[in-house]
Formats: sequence, C-alpha cells, structure tokens
Amino acid sequence: MRDIVITVFMFIGAFFMFVAALGVLRMPDLFMRLSTTTKAATLGAMSLLLATAFYFDDYSISGRIMAIIAFIVLTAPVAAHMIGRAAYFSNVPLWKGTICDELRDRYDTREHILHDPAEIEEPGQGH
Amino acid sequence: MNLPFIIHYFILPVLSLAMLCSFIRLVRGPSLPDRVVALDLMATLVIGIVAVYSIATGRSAYLDVAIILALIAFLGTVAFTYYLQRGNNQQRDKNQ
Repeated sequence: MRDIVITVFMFIGAFFMFVAALGVLRMPDLFMRLSTTTKAATLGAMSLLLATAFYFDDYSISGRIMAIIAFIVLTAPVAAHMIGRAAYFSNVPLWKGTICDELRDRYDTREHILHDPAEIEEPGQGH
Repeated sequence: MNLPFIIHYFILPVLSLAMLCSFIRLVRGPSLPDRVVALDLMATLVIGIVAVYSIATGRSAYLDVAIILALIAFLGTVAFTYYLQRGNNQQRDKNQ
C-alpha cells in the first residue's frame, strides 16, 4: 500500500517535471517559459520530495523534507519575479502575438518610476 | 515491480529527458535571461533527481545535497539577475 502511494507521487512528480522542461523548450517567449517552468517544476519537486518523505517514514527526515519544500515554495516565485523584472528591463522581445503590455511607454526603466498616462499627455501639469 | 526497478526504468529516464530538454534551451536560448531560466529549472530537476535517488538507494544522507542545492540555486539566480540589471544599466549609459 505504501509502495503504491510512493509510486503514484513519483509518477506525478516526474510528469510535472517533464511538462516544465517541455514548456521551457517549446514556448515561444521568455515570459511564457518562465511561467511554465516555475509552477510546474515547483509542483514536480514537491511531489518527488513528498514521495521521499513517505518512503523514509521518519520524523527527522520528514522535517528536513518539509524544510526543503517550504524553501522551494518560498523562493521559486521570488526568483521568477526577479528574472522577469530584469528581462523586461533589458528589453527581451515579447511574443509577436502578445496583445497587452501595460507598462510600455509608462515605465521609466532607468529611474524605475511608473508614470501616470495623463501626466505623459500634458507635461508640466504634474506636481 | 519493486521501487528501485520503477525508479531506474521509469522515473529517472523521464527526469533525464527533462534535463536534456532544458539543456537544449540552455545552449540555444536567444537571450541571457532564457539561459538563467533554464539553469534554474535544471537546479530544481537535480533536486528531484536527488530525492528519487535517495529512495532508490535507501540512504537519507543524499537529502542534505537537496537542501544545499535549493539554497545555492536561489542565490545563483538572484546574483545572475542582479548583474543582468547592472550590466543593462551600464550598457544604456554607454549608448547615451
């Protein structure tokens, strides 16, 4: 019974890891790759680590595994956000089918100031 | 069908294939952030492989590697993005 649970968790983890790698290979755009990779790889690693926790069935090892999972869940979105931010500021091209880029012409990437669109239309009115 | 058999014949090949896919992106990646994303994914994949391998061998000491790897991967990504942004600003200063 325990082996079945471990096997199921391992297959789920391997599947999501593979989906993440396929996404990073096939997606057309850096930001899509980033979004696929972060979520799917976090879920995959979490599932594989949970399988390990079920296998060893020991409090000290389970605590260590919970620490790894918590660390991955906390840091993966932060790392992805930082990569996306740096990539947007270095003008990585968006996919040609992108329909919405709200920061374009509104964000000063040098000084990191977000302008009000009304302020851009009539300069000098700002305070 | 015991666990080491399943791991060696199903799980590890799939994870290796995933590693290969992300390595192709690491080599081909048109821009530097693409490569950083691929490296980040590879670090997470290695964490998964280490966890599965510790099941296959029955040794829990391998999990320490996973802890350290999770730490180092995050620090590496943060350092990469920091220098990416700084180099970006310097290049813009040169262009002006």
